[in-house]
Amino acid sequence: MKQSRKTSLRYCPLLYLFLIVGTHSALAQTDIDGIMMSKKNLCIGPMYGYSSWKNYWEGTLKRENLNLGTVSSQMYSVMGAYGVTDKLNILFSAAYVRTKASAGTLHGMKGFQDASLWAKYVPLEKKIGKGDLSIIGLAGVSAPLSNYVADYLPLSIGLRSKTLSLRAMADYQVGKLFATLSGTYVFRDNIKIDRDAYYTTEMHNTNKVEMPDALSFNFRAGYRHNDIIAEAFLDNWTTLGGFDITRNNMPFPSNKMNATRLGANVKYHTPNLEWLQLVVNGSHVIAGRNVGQSTSINAGLFIVFSVAKKQVPDSSPKKVQQ
Amino acid sequence: MKKLLYYTLPLLVIATVLVPFACSKTEKGRTDDLPALQPDKSDLEAGSWKPILLTSANEFSISAPIATNTPEYIAQMNEIKSWQASLTDEEKNLVKYWSAGAVLRWNEILRELVAKHNLPPYQNEDGTYPVPNANNPLAYPQFPFANPPYAARAYAYVSAAQYDALVAAYYYKKLYNRPAPYKVDATINVLVPQTDLPAYPSEDAVVAGAAVEMMKLLFPGDQEYIQQKAEEHKRARIIAGANVRSDIEAGEALGKAVAQKFVTRARGDRAGTAGGTPTDWAKLETDCIARGETPWYSLEVPKRPPMLPLFGKVKAFLFDSLTAISLRPGPPPLTASKKMQDETDEIYSLTQNDTRDHYRIVHYWADGAGTSTPSGHWDAIAAEDFIKKNYSEVRWARNMALLNMSLMDAAIVCWDAKYFYFNPRPCQLNPKIKTLTGVPNFPAYISGHSTFSGAAATILSYIIPDQSATYDALAREASLSRMYAGIHYRADCEVGLETGKKVGDYAVDRGKADGAGN
Repeated sequence: MKQSRKTSLRYCPLLYLFLIVGTHSALAQTDIDGIMMSKKNLCIGPMYGYSSWKNYWEGTLKRENLNLGTVSSQMYSVMGAYGVTDKLNILFSAAYVRTKASAGTLHGMKGFQDASLWAKYVPLEKKIGKGDLSIIGLAGVSAPLSNYVADYLPLSIGLRSKTLSLRAMADYQVGKLFATLSGTYVFRDNIKIDRDAYYTTEMHNTNKVEMPDALSFNFRAGYRHNDIIAEAFLDNWTTLGGFDITRNNMPFPSNKMNATRLGANVKYHTPNLEWLQLVVNGSHVIAGRNVGQSTSINAGLFIVFSVAKKQVPDSSPKKVQQ
Repeated sequence: MKKLLYYTLPLLVIATVLVPFACSKTEKGRTDDLPALQPDKSDLEAGSWKPILLTSANEFSISAPIATNTPEYIAQMNEIKSWQASLTDEEKNLVKYWSAGAVLRWNEILRELVAKHNLPPYQNEDGTYPVPNANNPLAYPQFPFANPPYAARAYAYVSAAQYDALVAAYYYKKLYNRPAPYKVDATINVLVPQTDLPAYPSEDAVVAGAAVEMMKLLFPGDQEYIQQKAEEHKRARIIAGANVRSDIEAGEALGKAVAQKFVTRARGDRAGTAGGTPTDWAKLETDCIARGETPWYSLEVPKRPPMLPLFGKVKAFLFDSLTAISLRPGPPPLTASKKMQDETDEIYSLTQNDTRDHYRIVHYWADGAGTSTPSGHWDAIAAEDFIKKNYSEVRWARNMALLNMSLMDAAIVCWDAKYFYFNPRPCQLNPKIKTLTGVPNFPAYISGHSTFSGAAATILSYIIPDQSATYDALAREASLSRMYAGIHYRADCEVGLETGKKVGDYAVDRGKADGAGN
């Protein structure tokens, strides 16, 4: 039996906040790590995020809006992960979001946004060449935590759509270096808005809005060893359908929102305080459609402990149960 | 415990998920699947109802129809039969769509075009704003910018033209008394409810003809779409066995001829110059300052010229220009007064208390950019009630015309007051006020939503008296929504509702005297 370097890391496989959207700041909570929480270990902690943009894409046209200035959002969330086994983790998060525009007269919004719950399972771990390959499958759901307003973009705190995400992921590590590639299909449920009619590319005499599904890809690579994970990532969110914001119009929840982001992420704990972990990441949208060109930073502090009876947190590498 | 989690969690996840996603994603509109209109009364005498612009129901003549035993008529019946011999699903859907009512469907199409065109132009490089050009409607910014006054006028002209055209059509229906093809030949399938109303000229084609002719002026860049709808409408009636081609052709020609009279009126109603000139805009400001008041200014960056400052001078349908001025309300509180300070403070505190229910009300009634405007919203409310009433086409048109003339004239009186007083918005007097929807780019006093809603509720309460409490409540909520939104003071809303009611009363008087009864 071989010891897996990945499971032994005891890092929180966190739900990252993907600011997909935006001419506003709906945040999709999504897990894109190739690491697992050890059995009967729980990590949990607060995370703070700040994101802002001044330019956005109106369809494919990049512009600024002097009547919005800079649109910013702050996110306060709680996230966690639990190792049901070394190969099955449950991840969860819940967020509170506050938005603001620096210019113009529009009122910012705040409120409890969405909660998400993911199951993450490793069906296959194998040594290939000099490295370890893991194949990971994830399924996640998200739903709004409150009756917040979706149809007030770009200042809505989210899109209110219930989602189901299915993700396949491959993680390969050679020595201290790794790469992770994942692809996700996001089913999005229709939403209700406060208006009783709206125009997309045609009139809809209803308060219900069809939300197109979305596809996302994530590639991340970097250094992963003992006390530190440092990685760069490139990801893409593509809405499968939807329509472009028309000239000088307001955005709408069912717009075709696409974004490609570049970012970096660090997870760290000091060798003698393994139960306390720091996570910092930042990203910038490098291409988009009907979204804001946001720059985001997130920081979180997590505690890790074993919930097994009469056990102190296990600081030595665990063996993978085969 | 572990095994339990192992199996139940994935199952739980799958279950929570499949329930919402099991249903189809397509969302239908409230009027997508309506049953065919089957009027309770045929209103065969509507040729004697009082038209709006026509001097008489027979001002435009149409020739007597060919007899139903002529070879030409029989050929036209064969056209129906050949359509019906092989109907596609698309053709069946057309019949179903249009059978819900001609006036209803054209009103919906108009609301759609208004929503499509209700977008303020983006600024030029130098901070000025381009103006849409009716002679080059497809160039940016597209013509028209279907803002609330423009839209109110569009709904009024289309509805009024359709009403007059139908009064004329019903006159000739009774005069010529040519039956529907299925009454002539029992072998014709009829895909819509049968009626004893004479078929010549076709009421559907009259409505379509009037709409097409009127909308050439109002939406010159959307001709292809409008023509396509008209073709489908006419074809649906032939496919359905409800009309032969000569019913349709006579109706269309009559509808167009009557609408021409409205087009001529519209060209001379002063709406074309309602945008004013930079000199007009400057004068509004200097006149206001000369009165010792703080003038309105645009809260947009760059500052946008005021929306249609001379719309108050447009020729109303329900009263003359002196009456329009007499309906102008007294002044708002002086901008420097304690009263104005108190009203501003009230709005500030309302916006500080931005509850979820406030957002619901504000956004339900926002009717801002990209929507069919407050007039279109009231048309939708009315239409959904009219559907339940099973009106004849001519009564549908009469009621829509009364409603939309009220809304247009409410816009005229409201815009007159707005630019006569040139009163600033709450967030101009107190920049700390943040609004729950966009701030409209025109002065505050009196509230447009309140004036529109007061007028609409008044005429609708006359048309459907048992709904009057509902209409009154809707109007009050629409009015209040503008205070919750932080874009109007209480005085704007209260005086707006009262003024709107006065406008609506003129429509009620017209309705009482037009011979249609209720």
